[in-house]
Amino acid sequence: MSVKELEKTATLEHATDGHHHGDGILGEQFETMEQQNTSYLIGMWAFIVQEVLFFGAIFAAYAIYRFKYVMEFTLAHHELSVPIGTLNTFVLLFSSYTMARAVRAAMQNRHKRQAFYLFLTFIFAGVFMVNKYFEYSAKFEHHLFPGGDYDAHSVVHHAQEKGELRVVEENGREFYELGKTRDGQFTAFTKVTPEEFEQRTRLFFGFYFVMTGLHGLHVLIGMIIIGVLIGRAWIDHLKNKPIADFMPVEMTGLYWHLVDIVWIFLFPLLYLIGR
Amino acid sequence: MATATYTGTEKPNYLNWKTSVASWLLTYDHKRIAILYLVSISVFFLMGGLAAALIRMELATPRGDLLTSDIYNKMFTTHGVIMIFLFLIPSIPAVFGNFLLPLMIGARDVAFPRLNLLSWYFFMAGALMVLIALFRGGIDTGWTFYTPYSSSFAKGEVSLAIVGVFLAGFASIFTGINFLVTIHKMRAPGMTWFRLPLFVWAMYATSLIQVLGTPVVAITLLLVAVERTFRIGIFDPNLGGDPILYQHLFWFYSHPAVYIMILPAMGVISEVISAFSKRRVFGYHFVAFSSLAIAIIGFLVWGHHMFSTGQSMYAGIVFSFLTWIVAIPSAIKTFNWMATIWKGRVHWDTPMLYALGFMGLFVIGGLTGLHLAAMATNVHLTDTYFIVAHFHYVMVGGAIMGYLAALHFWWPKMTGRMYPEGWGKLAAMLVFVGFNLTFFPQFILGYMGMPRRYHSYPEEWAVLNVLSTAGSSVLGLGYLLPVIYLTWSLKYGKVVTERNPWGARGLEWELVDPVPDPHNFERTPIVTRPAYDYGHPEEPTGFVPKPRPVVVGGKDG
Amino acid sequence: MWNIPFVPPTASEEGVSISILYWAITALAVVFGAIVLFGVIYLAVRYRADNNAVDRSNAVDSDLRVELAWTLVPLVLALIIFGWAAKLYADIYAPREGYYEVFVIGKQWMWHCQHPNGVRENNVLTLPAGRLVKASIISQDVIHAFSIPAFRVKRDAVPGRYNAMYFTPTKPGEYHLFCTEYCGTKHSEMIGKVIVLPEEEFQAWLEKGGQGLATATTSTGGGAAAGGTLTLAQQGEQTFKALGCNACHMNPNSAVKVPDITQTWGNDIPLADGRTVKGDEAYIRESILNPGAKIHKGFQNLMPPYQGQVSEEQLVQLIAYIKSLADSGTGGN
Repeated sequence: MSVKELEKTATLEHATDGHHHGDGILGEQFETMEQQNTSYLIGMWAFIVQEVLFFGAIFAAYAIYRFKYVMEFTLAHHELSVPIGTLNTFVLLFSSYTMARAVRAAMQNRHKRQAFYLFLTFIFAGVFMVNKYFEYSAKFEHHLFPGGDYDAHSVVHHAQEKGELRVVEENGREFYELGKTRDGQFTAFTKVTPEEFEQRTRLFFGFYFVMTGLHGLHVLIGMIIIGVLIGRAWIDHLKNKPIADFMPVEMTGLYWHLVDIVWIFLFPLLYLIGR
Repeated sequence: MATATYTGTEKPNYLNWKTSVASWLLTYDHKRIAILYLVSISVFFLMGGLAAALIRMELATPRGDLLTSDIYNKMFTTHGVIMIFLFLIPSIPAVFGNFLLPLMIGARDVAFPRLNLLSWYFFMAGALMVLIALFRGGIDTGWTFYTPYSSSFAKGEVSLAIVGVFLAGFASIFTGINFLVTIHKMRAPGMTWFRLPLFVWAMYATSLIQVLGTPVVAITLLLVAVERTFRIGIFDPNLGGDPILYQHLFWFYSHPAVYIMILPAMGVISEVISAFSKRRVFGYHFVAFSSLAIAIIGFLVWGHHMFSTGQSMYAGIVFSFLTWIVAIPSAIKTFNWMATIWKGRVHWDTPMLYALGFMGLFVIGGLTGLHLAAMATNVHLTDTYFIVAHFHYVMVGGAIMGYLAALHFWWPKMTGRMYPEGWGKLAAMLVFVGFNLTFFPQFILGYMGMPRRYHSYPEEWAVLNVLSTAGSSVLGLGYLLPVIYLTWSLKYGKVVTERNPWGARGLEWELVDPVPDPHNFERTPIVTRPAYDYGHPEEPTGFVPKPRPVVVGGKDG
Repeated sequence: MWNIPFVPPTASEEGVSISILYWAITALAVVFGAIVLFGVIYLAVRYRADNNAVDRSNAVDSDLRVELAWTLVPLVLALIIFGWAAKLYADIYAPREGYYEVFVIGKQWMWHCQHPNGVRENNVLTLPAGRLVKASIISQDVIHAFSIPAFRVKRDAVPGRYNAMYFTPTKPGEYHLFCTEYCGTKHSEMIGKVIVLPEEEFQAWLEKGGQGLATATTSTGGGAAAGGTLTLAQQGEQTFKALGCNACHMNPNSAVKVPDITQTWGNDIPLADGRTVKGDEAYIRESILNPGAKIHKGFQNLMPPYQGQVSEEQLVQLIAYIKSLADSGTGGN
């Protein structure tokens, strides 16, 4: 048998075995749609477990320093914008909802509806990223990005205004007393040198940028996938395809909920706790 | 469809049915991806081996006179990074796992062929970055990247190498996810969990570790790169961080990573010992579950790398206790392999020689692990050549012996040709002798206190070091021989004319060699027998292929 | 040619116990190794394919009793050795009393050793035979490890944290001292020797300020007086004054209320947050560098942090000084 013949029979075999191999829905390696779908699901869940450990390790590291440098981290996180964070939380929550609707539409083979909800999800994700852009640029502006020109002055300034930081001078050296003002009375909890304060707030912003940055990267990847899915759903709609494979949408949905849940942990940990 | 009858070398098979470069670089075929991995990691093995040769040459004399200490440090880092991340971790899983899993469980391919190819590209991208980092001046952190040295002190392209390892890590994660799903969902009808070959069980346990452990080291190394770039003090105490936190996160993966290397090798040894003793593996369930036990308990022992860091006494005692426990499943496997040979019909072919060699070396590696599991002796031996010898016995004596056993055993399956048996036996002997000569003296050196990663050392240890260096040249020859004769056999090796040349059992041996077309099985097999169904051992020779006992019919078509 | 060593010298009490454990495990390993190695060879030869003279009947492929036997026997042996080794480890490394304390500071790429009487040595550590020694080890840059194979002990020198190591040298002589944690380019040159002297010789050596070896010279910051042979605690007192600590501490006329540092060493310190910590090297070090981390109950944190202001050497001096306050009975235990 020649190579050509073999190729032909191979194609023929899969085309005639009574499944969807021919129309490209069922992968050549699978026997049944049920097998393919559960494979995708198990694979996606394994990926999610992997993601949980990936973020878990950095959450653990963050938690350790959150306890070690309570005051510094608390003062630093005052610099984060709770309104933008809250807005973004709701944006992501809504996008999860629209994603769920898109998955439902895909299961019902309502392509136009599916494309619509995917589009909404995409828009929400975009809004999230735009907010993120504003948030990041504000940090850059205040020299809070832990790069070369990092400067804790704005943290110091805001903390002073709130009466949570006092600059003191002893033996010609400057120190920051961190504490609380109650009834006009300042109580210091701890005293640090400006260098230490800079290091520790820098550490906070390091965590902030790494954690939200990795999360943002996940959002971006999600947007690319959703973009592709919109196109596919729209083509299915134009072609009036009776049945399309809903698994890609279902899996993207799982991924998207993961991205959402990571944010649900990030938001309180970075923005809220200690306020 | 008619059975493709065997007509000699011209027959189309997975290797020759398409020949363009694109057909290789864009293939979704698990067998071809396995070959891609095989070729790439062979190159990396030679590079890592070259670095090792330089290290041993330097240590032939006590006064560091061949290399400067800086270059020496870069050499052992190169050796470690390449051998661990670019050779050992992908070795058996990515090559033989990819090649064999679908064949062994009766599937047309792995569950996610495209992810499989993506994994290779991630691996190559990562490897490329590591190589660029090495060639642009090298890095001298050691493969462990310990902070704060790696994050604040080391010069060179540490961050680039870290990103490379990060990408290679994701290649490993993709492989793990793929295999987990493949084993869960792609088994042929009748291939129940307890009919699976033990290699598949081992790969299942390995995949669990890859999926659960790798992300942690990935993010940890990423944080080191971030700390280097932006000077934020996660691990450097001078910046407010904690260097021991790094070690916890690093070993949380890197201890289980040892099992990523050794578990697949154990799976191979189960296959080979059974095939060449013509007997079902003794205590199948115990061997299978011991793999899972190793994978699970292996996640809880990382702190035994840190007894001397000043970690709390109680934590240390718990880690030591669990380390003693994790030794038991390995002992169970070893005894079961012995019992498999008992009353078997043993053929002393090359793969079996490697398997027997594996048992010899792995047992020494495992038993010297006892000295390290014991806290009081651990502290004296840690970071000495005792450690170096111990982990080479396990990772090289164990994993690479398993890898070579697999390479010879399945070579006819992969290429359709036999390797030259005489050369094979010679190489196996050379590897075994050379290995012991290289690494056994290091146990003695380690007990005497010779620290690892030393460029020069006191005079009185010269003799043992010379012995070790002499051994390494034998070992090097032993490793070079297979590279040469296996390449030679691709063109000149004896063509395999009979189905199942070893008379082994297992679905993969039901196919002609090399595997006929990209879809492996003409029809999905239905499995009706347990694994290793060697029937009656008093049959005169196991080489007569039995009527196909495992595949009893096609399901569809 | 015949004096090639195959075992290290054993020159400490701990070394003897660890060696016994080492050889016990080795014996166990040899027994098990021999069973497997010779067993495998014997079986593989006896049951070779062309040997039809052997009995292959009743070749069972599983047996629960056998499995249990080779699971439980190693398990029991493992637990016995685990217990032995853990107990020995705890005996050696848990805090012990009645020691001669030396401070060891590792840095790229040398070891500084500080004796209580002020003698400083670089890459050499001279010790008395027959006395329990505590080495308090710290690093000022990367992680190093302080290893004395002849004593079978080792501890990492971690920046920012004191690690303690106890041992009792027994045999006078010269022994290797290594850095065993990779620390950069000259890692393999971060070596030295440990010299064990008989007690009387050691005392004489100490009194002579280290026999022409490095005597107490000026350290990096203020503190030790040049020329004189001040004890470590005396150097600490000078540093204490030079840094202005005495404006508040050890000053009966101080305007501010400060904890009594003569009560610090060796006592349980109640903290403002309700916890209790041990007044040890780590606590003193932290309270100098970062006083706000653990605040003494009943006091406010008024002390400025000295992070970046004092060297590791000065910290060691200050610790010795504060320790001496308690030891001299100024009010301590």
